[in-house]
Order: sequence, then C-alpha cells, then structure tokens
Amino acid sequence: MNQLQNFTKGFIKDNPVFVLLLGLCPTLGVTTTAINGLGMGLATTFVLVMSNLVVSLIKNLIPDKVRIPSFIVIIASFVTIVELTMQAYTPALFEALGLFIPLIVVNCIVLGRAEAFASKNNIISSVIDGLGMGLGFAFALFLLGAVREILGSGAILSMKFIQGDGVLVFILPPGAFIALGYLIAIMNRLKKTT
Amino acid sequence: MAKKESSFVNMVLTLFVVTAIAALTLGGVYTVTKEPIAIAKLLKIEKAISEVLPEFDNISEYKILPEGGSDSLTFFKATKNGEEVGTAIKTYTDRGFSGRVWIMVGLNPEGVINNTAVLEHKETPGLGDKMDKTKSDWSNQFNGKNPTEFKLKVTKNGGDVDAITAATISSRAFCDAVQRAYDEFKKQESRIKSQEPRVKNQESRVKNQEARTKK
Repeated sequence: MNQLQNFTKGFIKDNPVFVLLLGLCPTLGVTTTAINGLGMGLATTFVLVMSNLVVSLIKNLIPDKVRIPSFIVIIASFVTIVELTMQAYTPALFEALGLFIPLIVVNCIVLGRAEAFASKNNIISSVIDGLGMGLGFAFALFLLGAVREILGSGAILSMKFIQGDGVLVFILPPGAFIALGYLIAIMNRLKKTT
Repeated sequence: MAKKESSFVNMVLTLFVVTAIAALTLGGVYTVTKEPIAIAKLLKIEKAISEVLPEFDNISEYKILPEGGSDSLTFFKATKNGEEVGTAIKTYTDRGFSGRVWIMVGLNPEGVINNTAVLEHKETPGLGDKMDKTKSDWSNQFNGKNPTEFKLKVTKNGGDVDAITAATISSRAFCDAVQRAYDEFKKQESRIKSQEPRVKNQESRVKNQEARTKK
C-alpha cells in the first residue's frame, strides 16, 4: 500500500464513522451543526496525528502487556493539552466545543489507530494514517452536522434560510441516528457502484 | 530494535516513565496557559457586564451568599460620575436541563431588568442553547421588565415568559436564575435602606451629646 492510498483510505474505504462505525459518541453528540462537527473533527485529527506519532516512536520501548494503559495516558495527555490551549487562546471555539473535547479520550478511533496501526508501522506511515483517518472523521462529522443543521434548524453554517424552526427531531439524539443511518446507506450504495 | 519483554520490572518502569513524562508535560502546559485562561475568563465577565449595563466608568464588586443557595452571587455595582447607573449580578441556577447555568443580569437602580447575558451553560445545542443571545433573541423579552409586575415564570406555570419551543426546562432555569438575582438585589436594597436611618440616629445622638455637654 503506498502512502497516497494510506492517506485516502480514511475518507471512503475505511471511513471511521461510515464504515468502521467507531467513535460514535462524539459523532452523535456534537453534530447538531456543521461547524461543530468540523471543529470536533479537526481537534480529533490533531490528537490522532500526535498520538500516532508518539506511539510509533516508542512502540519498541513499551512491553506488550502494558501497551494499552501507556497509549491511554499518551492520548489523554494530548487531549488535555488541546483543551488547555484552546481555553487559553481560542475561548470562543472552546465555548462551542468545550463539552466534547474530553470525549476525544474515549473516542475509540484514537486508541484503535494507535493499537491497530501506529504500534506496527513506522513514523511516517503512522502520521499519514492519523492525518487521513482524522480528516475522514472530520469529513463525516461535517457531513452529518450539515444534514442535521439543514433539516433541524433550516440553516447551513449558522445562516438561516427558512423562517422559524426546522424538523426538531434532527437536532435531538434520535435524529442523529436516523441521519447517520441514511448516510451510511448512501455511502454503501456509492461504494458498490464504483 | 527488539520489543521489550513483559517482565514485571519492565512493565513497572515503563508505566512509571510514561506517566511521569505525561505529568511533567501537563504541569508545564498548565503553568503556561494558567494566566491566559484567567484573563480570558475575566474578559468574558467584563464583556458581559458592559453588555447588560448602560455606560459606566467605575465598578465595585462584592459577593453575597443567597439563602438556600449553594454558591455565591457576585454583584457589580456600576457608577458613572459617582452616580449609580445599575448593578450587574452574576447569578446561577441548578435547574438547567444538564447542569448549572451562569447568567449575568443587569438591573437598573429601580430593579428593572436592563439586559441579560448567558455566561456558561450546558443546555442541549439547538434547543436550550437558544437562551444564548448568539443563538436567538429569545432572552430579549426580559429587557425593560420589572420583576415585581413581570412574573418570572413560563406561561405554562402561570407566568409572563414565553418559553423557548421544546425547551421549557431551560426557560424555567433562566427565569429561576433571574429571579434569584432580583430577590437578592431587593434584599440588599432593603438592607441598605434599613442601615441609613441607623446612621442618622447615630448622628443625632452625637448632636444630642454635644448639646448636653454644652449645657
């Protein structure tokens, strides 16, 4: 597998949300608007790249039996760094996403990539894998957020195009499941034809 | 490089080193970001005060623990050229849909609500978060209302407040926070008034004494 394939697999073939169905907690939680989804996706991308980098750097120094606790500590540290930095330098963004930043720790996509990819591959491949997976995750969250925002609030990127409220259920958690289900169906249909 | 063996010493040592490095890094980041975070929070409060009050040039701050409340309210008394223009009260409610909501309420000297601003909340995005001015203008209905005539309850509970669609609990919480601020404001006012005559009494007592000594 060359590096380009390694990078692009996160978008369609192994998309964390639509194909692997990993990290659904933040996926369903934050995607009430497109911009929230994008912000969460980018924050996760940062953590994913950094943790993949560090894990692949030290993979030979960690005994097998304690690798999971070590990975978790590394991931949690990066998440806390992101949280503190955002709080200090971009308070507005932190306000929108603050609740969900700690959720990155429990996002299994981060631990999943550390365990399944970074602990077996070299640094460059791991970073590219983290970047591809992270951006694929961000893309999926943005898409789901956009669909829910359009249907639920009648707006896109906070710009309203209808008067009053949209279909309220799409803002609520059940709407997230419904929208996600249809998006997965569309993705599967698209993959079949190509 | 060969993979390290999972011996007891190796495992303990690895975990120790990993956690130690993580702790040191986090400690470092915390120290670096501590000040900017404090400044950002302060700026937010200052911004909220200037939003909810008319123009002012001086502010005095004091804290009050309300009866039956679990946290203190902060009063920011604003004056312009020595004259009172209003009080901004940092108030809260625990009746939110998901946790505590902090609100800044600006009252003019008569107790009429000048403006409100939401400082911190965890309400449902898209529903309860409409209490925030950036999301909807729902909270504007409080402006210019005097809580003695304007009942701070949603219409469903016999009050005068139109609740946010599908977010009655959040609307109730908002009313609760404003009510708390107003109640404490009134209490403070009556305390100040009851103190004034006492001062006058003291003065007259001094005058009486002076008169007596003159005799």
